[in-house]
Amino acid sequence: MNILVFVESAEGKIKKTSLEAVAYAHGMGGKVAALALGTVDAADLAALGKFGAAKVLHAADARLNDGVIQAYSSVIVQAMQAENADVLVLANSSLGTPVAARVATKLGASIATNVTELPETAAGFVVKKSIYTGKAFSKIEMKNAKKVIAIKKNAAEVKEVGADVAPESFTPQLADADFAAKITATEKATGEILLPEANIVVSGGRGMKGPEHWGPIEELAKVLGAATGCSKPVSDIGWRPHHEHVGQTGVKVSPQLYIAVGISGAIQHLAGVNSSKCIVVINKDADAPFFKAADYGIVGDAFDVLPKLIEAVKAAK
Amino acid sequence: MKILVCISHVPDTTSKINFTDNNTKFDSNGVQFIIGPYDDYALARAIEIKEANAGTTVTVLNVGPADTEPTIRKALAIGADDAVRVNAEPSDSFFVAMQIAEHAKSKGYDLILMGRESIDFNGGVVHSIVGELLGIPSLSPVMKLELEGTKAKLAREIEGGKELLEVNLPFVAGCQEPIAEWKIPNMRGIMSARTKPLQVIEPMAVDSGVSLQKFELPPAKGAVKMISSDNVGELVSLLKNEAKVL
Repeated sequence: MNILVFVESAEGKIKKTSLEAVAYAHGMGGKVAALALGTVDAADLAALGKFGAAKVLHAADARLNDGVIQAYSSVIVQAMQAENADVLVLANSSLGTPVAARVATKLGASIATNVTELPETAAGFVVKKSIYTGKAFSKIEMKNAKKVIAIKKNAAEVKEVGADVAPESFTPQLADADFAAKITATEKATGEILLPEANIVVSGGRGMKGPEHWGPIEELAKVLGAATGCSKPVSDIGWRPHHEHVGQTGVKVSPQLYIAVGISGAIQHLAGVNSSKCIVVINKDADAPFFKAADYGIVGDAFDVLPKLIEAVKAAK
Repeated sequence: MKILVCISHVPDTTSKINFTDNNTKFDSNGVQFIIGPYDDYALARAIEIKEANAGTTVTVLNVGPADTEPTIRKALAIGADDAVRVNAEPSDSFFVAMQIAEHAKSKGYDLILMGRESIDFNGGVVHSIVGELLGIPSLSPVMKLELEGTKAKLAREIEGGKELLEVNLPFVAGCQEPIAEWKIPNMRGIMSARTKPLQVIEPMAVDSGVSLQKFELPPAKGAVKMISSDNVGELVSLLKNEAKVL
């Protein structure tokens, strides 16, 4: 089985979720080629070999520096043909998921997104997907010869399994029509840990009483190397930016550790966090429903508990 | 201008999820169904565009069996002009996208809007498959959409920020907040929705590339371990040594 992995980069660095996609493909046990587009650090490209790629393809065309959905789809299809690949693996993301859909349609491939585990191949080719916003799973047989798999964060563990490989340059045909949707600007918080990709998330809710009280949330996030999130009411009233909204209609996260402070735990919020490995809830209301979904809980005032927690984390380092 | 809004008919966001028939069927017992929340944003934006541009028509489309009709009537009550129901179970993303593309290909829609994903299967791919099938751009998740003649300016949410785009009509957009405020139907809307045209068409045959084997529920969560607010250090050591997440 030949597998192509599309790896995404941001500011030249390969994204961790894409390394998980490489690890996933390696775990499937086929011949893995990774494809990166646009300007990417040479060391990051070579290191894809360490994580399981036998071959690294790089299309360095500057027109691919922005994530143009149609152009990326067309380049990936060309790479699949060049590599004679049966399967495309990529990470679910604002770019990866739309690209997966267009590639699957061009190839007549079976498609599955939000995949959480390696496929079972004893009888057919069966993947497990997260559905109902994390409230359930489905097992889906992918029947077509070609397959496109978009994995959810934490579907595979990134491990060093090989050595650096020298990237090969890949020169796709690019048509003007593929650039019909023109990206005019990108506004991005730089230097921060991105919420959908973070291993630890610290979120605040209305219990924080106002945007001016976010300091302890941010400080705890900083000492933990975490991203900050918030509940829907908090982003609705503008205390925090919309891209921090965690929940059913916001960002769905699946970090190792999710710390919720002053969030009561409405079912819509839980839907966005229920695939976290470990959940800590800090709330002054002992009856907050969130405690039922938590692994660890502290009943207490956020402004009393957070400074102590920040000190305790610092002391444990 | 002609706008198509595709809506899903999904369990309310507060629903408890259960399955029947040996975990092969969704248990709709006691579940209230709604217009998909993301589709609701798409619909609200379409109605805003209609209100600002005389002569604009908004058609809603749903792929679903007859019991989705109350959901479709609600979309008509919110302000869509007419509706199409493709009479089939929405079994998978490709199947649904094929039905939408088949309907849309000869109708000359300037804009095809829907939610970024349905909240039942969360595939997040129908808009992009429709775009590819029709050979037009598809953008998702779109949080802002402004029309300027035959062009549109969009904002697409990306990890940690947004991307601004310009694209000519027609195109497909998968929408999310804050593209528009949800609209609540008023009494006049509800009355007029009863008589607005709702056409039922039979599905085209599609060779689906996937088949469902079974559903599963996540394993039950163990009991929460409570820690005193006077002993926060214990939480850190549990996270380190027991949960092994630090």
